[in-house]
Amino acid sequence: MSQINRLSQGGRIDRSQPLSFSFNGQNYQGYAGDTLAAALLANGVDVVGRSFKYSRPRGIVAAGAEEPNAVLQIGSTEAAQIPNVRATQQALYAGLVASSVNGWPSVNTDLMGILGKVGGGMMPPGFYYKTFMYPQNLWLTYEKYIRKAAGLGRAPKENDPDSYDYMNQHCDVLVVGGGAAGLAAALAAGRSGARVILADEQEEFGGSLLSTRETLDGKPASDWAAKAIAELEKMTEVTLLPRATVNGYHDHNFLTIHQRLTDHLGEVAPMGQVRQRMHRVRAKRVVLATGAHERPLVYANNDVPGNMLADAVSTYVRRYGVAPGRQLVLSTTNDYAYRVVLDWLDAGQQVVAVADARSNPRGAWVEEARKRGVRILTGSAVVEARGSKRVNAARICAIDLKNHTVASPGEVLDCDLIVSSGGYSPVVHLASHLGGKPTWQEDILAFVPGEGLQKRLCAGAVNGIFALGASLADGFEAGATAAAEAGFKQVAGSLPKVEKRHEEPAVALFQVPHDKSTARAPKQFVDLQNDVTAAGIELATREGFESVEHVKRYTALGFGTDQGKLGNINGLAIAARSLGISIPEMGTTMFRPNYTPVTFGALAGRNCGPLFEAKRYTAMQAWHLQNGAEFEDVGQWKRPWYFPKAGEDLHAAVARECLAVRNAVGILDASTLGKIDIQGPDAREFLNRVYTNAWTKLDVGKARYGLMCKEDGMVFDDGVTACLADNHFLMTTTTGGAARVLEWLEIYHQTEWPELKVYFTSVTDHWATMTLSGPNSRKLLAEVTDIDLDKDAFPFMTWKEGKVGGVPARVFRISFTGELSYEVNIQADYALAVWEKIIAAGKKHGLTPYGTETMHVLRAEKGFIIVGQDTDGSVTPDDLGMGWCVGRSKPFSWIGWRGMNREDCLKENRKQLVGLKPVDPNKVLPEGAQLVFDPKQSIPMTMVGHVTSSYMSSALNYSLAMALVKGGLKRIGERVFAPLVDGSVIEAEIVSPVFYDPKGDRQNV
Amino acid sequence: MLHIFCPHCGELRSEEEFHAAGQAHIPRPLDPNACTDEEWGEYIFFRDNPRGIHHELWIHAAGCRQYFNVTRHTVTYEILETYKIGEKPGVTEASLAAKKAVAQGVTA
Amino acid sequence: MSNVNVYQQRPDAGHAESPLFHAGLDELARKGKSSAGVRLREKKLLGHLTLRGDASDPDFAGGVHKALGLELPVALTLVANGATSLQWLGPDEWLLIVPGGSEFAVEQKLRAALDGQHIAVVNVSGGQTLVELKGPKVREMLMKSSIYDVHPSNFPVGKAVGTMFAKSQLVIRHTGEDTWELVVRRSFADYIWLWLQDASAEYGLAIEA
Repeated sequence: MSQINRLSQGGRIDRSQPLSFSFNGQNYQGYAGDTLAAALLANGVDVVGRSFKYSRPRGIVAAGAEEPNAVLQIGSTEAAQIPNVRATQQALYAGLVASSVNGWPSVNTDLMGILGKVGGGMMPPGFYYKTFMYPQNLWLTYEKYIRKAAGLGRAPKENDPDSYDYMNQHCDVLVVGGGAAGLAAALAAGRSGARVILADEQEEFGGSLLSTRETLDGKPASDWAAKAIAELEKMTEVTLLPRATVNGYHDHNFLTIHQRLTDHLGEVAPMGQVRQRMHRVRAKRVVLATGAHERPLVYANNDVPGNMLADAVSTYVRRYGVAPGRQLVLSTTNDYAYRVVLDWLDAGQQVVAVADARSNPRGAWVEEARKRGVRILTGSAVVEARGSKRVNAARICAIDLKNHTVASPGEVLDCDLIVSSGGYSPVVHLASHLGGKPTWQEDILAFVPGEGLQKRLCAGAVNGIFALGASLADGFEAGATAAAEAGFKQVAGSLPKVEKRHEEPAVALFQVPHDKSTARAPKQFVDLQNDVTAAGIELATREGFESVEHVKRYTALGFGTDQGKLGNINGLAIAARSLGISIPEMGTTMFRPNYTPVTFGALAGRNCGPLFEAKRYTAMQAWHLQNGAEFEDVGQWKRPWYFPKAGEDLHAAVARECLAVRNAVGILDASTLGKIDIQGPDAREFLNRVYTNAWTKLDVGKARYGLMCKEDGMVFDDGVTACLADNHFLMTTTTGGAARVLEWLEIYHQTEWPELKVYFTSVTDHWATMTLSGPNSRKLLAEVTDIDLDKDAFPFMTWKEGKVGGVPARVFRISFTGELSYEVNIQADYALAVWEKIIAAGKKHGLTPYGTETMHVLRAEKGFIIVGQDTDGSVTPDDLGMGWCVGRSKPFSWIGWRGMNREDCLKENRKQLVGLKPVDPNKVLPEGAQLVFDPKQSIPMTMVGHVTSSYMSSALNYSLAMALVKGGLKRIGERVFAPLVDGSVIEAEIVSPVFYDPKGDRQNV
Repeated sequence: MLHIFCPHCGELRSEEEFHAAGQAHIPRPLDPNACTDEEWGEYIFFRDNPRGIHHELWIHAAGCRQYFNVTRHTVTYEILETYKIGEKPGVTEASLAAKKAVAQGVTA
Repeated sequence: MSNVNVYQQRPDAGHAESPLFHAGLDELARKGKSSAGVRLREKKLLGHLTLRGDASDPDFAGGVHKALGLELPVALTLVANGATSLQWLGPDEWLLIVPGGSEFAVEQKLRAALDGQHIAVVNVSGGQTLVELKGPKVREMLMKSSIYDVHPSNFPVGKAVGTMFAKSQLVIRHTGEDTWELVVRRSFADYIWLWLQDASAEYGLAIEA
């Protein structure tokens, strides 16, 4: 198909570089420099999709980010699918494959379109709430079809082949928008020597300068833009970011920019290149030069393809060499829109008429149009478009602005393009992301950015300054001021000369009156993306939705990816008129990031796949991998979970590992436990204050188990701390609690007890720890150490220094399994060599490596708690039956003591930790199972606690569990029941949690 | 994302480097055992939730590991000052009200 | 000195594995590219000591100077003398890096010079490593990785900061115009290595032995 709407000359496209692409399965051709929208219009594609609710045919309306209809799905393969791409923002590349998202079954013959014609009453605003909620069981059926019909695009089902990343930027001045004001601001700031970032969402910098018919210094405005960009490119401290949308303005001048680095080159990035980049910018000052969006007029059938924005048509003609029609009718409220008339005539097309709502417009452009023979109907507007899949006529009537009525029967003029302009809405989104309320400016009939606490300046059209010369000057001044505020010397500069011309003010017109009432007139669309009509907004106000936020939610005005770019102000105006209040009294809704959709790839950056999260490994990781370990995540750590042999599952491997420790010897990598070096004369006193038990009498060479509580008396960490010397201790914490405990010690030292002379330093990574546990551990260790392991020379709960495997080591005789155990600590650089020596020496002693699962079973057999599994922040030491670990007569009121003596903590019927022995020894209680005393009670049953840990014990040959049970310590010997989701019930006896070797003989041998 | 001036490092740093540790200026009672249950409950559980000025404790976790105080506005998220442990805030709800009164020409 | 437990933790001989041992950097170095934008070298198995003390006490600064011949660095800076460097980590905390194997002797010397003061010296040699990055693209690569501003106007040579890096924390030191160092914790070393390879990919990464 040929490009029927392509002009023979003009535009910034390269006619020597044709590019083929497809849309909805049809092949077309465009040129390098086209956007997808420009190329579609060039090929005469009128219908690009079906509307969200009524399934009406829709065409391209705008030329930029504000496009509501041409939101397409892109991608030729499953992996390359991207939803929500605005055709107006997507550069054309060879082989681009695009399709509509709202056409089910197809955009041109749409079964659902019937709904749009007859279904106005069927789908009023709030239709989700009203229609589909009852009967409730049918909602799933409705939902399936509505979602399919609504078709908001779809995510790819295959992995994205591209890579995305972040760039952390810092600058003195960030300029948002590379149009006239933005370029001027960047020049002013850049010349001062400041670090400047200029970001613009389009393919090229220049904004409206690239398509305007106005001149600068007597030459095309685009020449000045090119010169400005060339100057900026030469500045070493200036960073230019094209194809980069500033999407979010966050606290303290932190902004996020979504840059599409290769989206214009193809659907997959060239080899080795990053496809999209998220710039995370901290700017000392921000200049918002985000421009303004032209506001369409709201008239009947204004959604039929062929209804467009006036300046969008100028852009297509002048920038892309595309005339999207032949016979144009303009409906306007202002002077600026007359530019499209002149551009259209220059392109050799026919202007049928201009309907100007003003009674006697005499501006320079108006006169120029008049001089060129254009028919101008004053005091008039297009009240209705005719046509179904393409405009074929416009009905123009005289209107009475004051009474909002139609004043003449009007005339119907044949045409194929209706363009409208109701004025301009400054793009206040970014300025409002942090809550700065936009303020209404009556003289320009628009909201401009309100006061904001952020260090930002606004320049140009976003400030309501629409004239080119004034906008340039405003931008230059904002850039210079921003640089000066960031500490740079202001540099003077001259601005290009702009033609002077007479301009006249616009009149306020939003919804054009119709001879029928709004409810009875053909649909007058306000928000094309969400299918919100003027009648819908009136209905909402009649139903009592008076707050702007409520109107928005009831009608869906400004929802979705559109964020109300075209429709918001018209919607507010209609609601305000309907309620009899002014637009500023109505106010705007909240603006929130993101301004336009951002891909998940750009949000994720490099934090995906193997880099999804930070992972921590011990010095023995290579050995664990070689020996087939399965791993468990403990915080960021990867810990060996179990070491399966061929054919073993978790259960079998753990049973084997458990028996090996109980009967011979096992080795565990315990390096992940938190280790804190504590030095200073007050170290001992500090321990007395943060642990529940007493530390005054712990001799050098000994170690002790301690519990830590929060001020409320609840356990929050535990571990063994050793006295290395009078002023020197080594504290161990749980693996997950290491950082938390260090911050805990610091907060008390820094804020409460700075007078205590003590220093804390993390040595978690410095020491690698290997635990030898089991009856053969002494024999095994003796083979590789020079330390005297005699039970009297090296008793339980003491430590020694010596060599292990030829390497200096600290060995602690402590036990978490209840067996004879030694924890060998080695400077991590030398640990793997020592580990391997122990493994080699261990062969004849039956040494078996074991992981965290076996460790959990073994400690549960002994009734040792795991903080965070058997505790949950609501458990005191007494609740755990660990009253022996509470120093009730310590002189200083240590952390937790006062808290655990509150009335509630002293109640006898608190949940307490007990052991559970299922009556059926083969049944393992699920961890987390709720417990009841009376299994026959009807639902809701009285829950009395829950299972915290539960395992099958291979050493004891029965299942066992730990549980928190109300008053459990006094219920030893009684029964509890765990009713399970499948309806079955497991019965268990409440027992002491120490199942194995209750006297502790084995660890003391 | 907040930009927080660390009084120990002497420069502004990104929020990611810090952890918030709750309301500042809540000293631990010198003799906890002398507190009633109500007083102790007040100390450990009850915190202000003002709309406006809030004095907070933060730690520069990824930087110098020091705790310090932040005066933050809970509506605007503006940080009005940061100061070291042991120092008193220069900006309070009262000082702001006084300033506002002066600005409006009210004299005491 | 009997109040603290100080002993030689490093064997005279024996197989040592630095935190990046398993990355096989020596092997990669032999395959080096010449035009890489980022060149990486692990300065491995050095002596790392954490020093704590009262910066406002002239005796402390004096003792440190006596033992090391270095002035106590002020906030966010680093001083060096040959292979020995001393870096501010916090108002009462410094990182001392010395040639591998000398940390025990240096600790004893420091303790002797600071005898009677409330100080702490902790050997953390096994817990971290130093990664040196050189080349014209290092700054850009760091911008991808850290939220901290690495522009020379904010991060001149001689500055050192603890900050976020990817999803973990580390210390960045600017030691020469195109030369930077990362102090990486052992357990995070593999993650950081993977990140550095990925972040450097578009600039070219070469390994130096």
